[in-house]
Amino acid sequence: MSQRKLAVICSKGSLDMAYPGLIMANAARMAGVDAMLFFTFWGLDIVNKKKVEHLHMSPLGNPSVPIPAMVAGLPGMEALATKMMKADMDKLDIPHVSEMLDILYQSGAELYGCQLAMDMFKLQRDDLVPQVADVITAMDFIDKTEGAQIIFI
Amino acid sequence: MTTKTYAGTSVDVDAEGFLTNADQWTPEVALGIAKELGLQLTDLHWKVIEYVRADTKAQGQSPGPRRITVGAGVSMKDLYTLFPKGPGKLVARVAGVPKPKSCL
Repeated sequence: MSQRKLAVICSKGSLDMAYPGLIMANAARMAGVDAMLFFTFWGLDIVNKKKVEHLHMSPLGNPSVPIPAMVAGLPGMEALATKMMKADMDKLDIPHVSEMLDILYQSGAELYGCQLAMDMFKLQRDDLVPQVADVITAMDFIDKTEGAQIIFI
Repeated sequence: MTTKTYAGTSVDVDAEGFLTNADQWTPEVALGIAKELGLQLTDLHWKVIEYVRADTKAQGQSPGPRRITVGAGVSMKDLYTLFPKGPGKLVARVAGVPKPKSCL
């Protein structure tokens, strides 16, 4: 049996959209499956040094959040929702995003930034956390992940 | 319920090969399972195995990699070097405890 591979494409930069990809990739590594992650568009925020500790979760336009949209749009609601989500995660001892990135790096998962998104947001390699192995094009990522199962988030 | 024999000891295992009765585990059984998994157990492996057995007994559930690194005092990188084909499952297999329910 050939080695299983998982490719995770993270295209969203909100706190609640960052975790699923990181957890799935980590689960793959825990089970001995190779994992490669591609951070593109807003997903780059997850590996952006300046933003990784400040990812937010928005209650607006999210039907799973039990707050009326009119209230959810008020100033301060996003900060409140983010604070509540972080508190809940701390209670369950779920690592912060930066620790998740380090766990993935140490587990041998490969993290890549998207070249086009880097250009779009005028970011340099130094703007990304050190766990990112390289900045590559979408085509490079497709080449690297030949035979992998793909998760797009 | 399936039975497997490691080092002359018969043990009960589930469909994925995890021991269903931790009391049937012996270090010799661990060596047998490790051999089946292609692992050569070093002192550091034993340190991890001992922690996982003790923690499982104390907590009533087997620890995932993150808890193991903190509790056994090994880095995540080391843990993956010790169990390259996936510490999430293989540590528990060798230590004779159930498959961890933790995602971390």
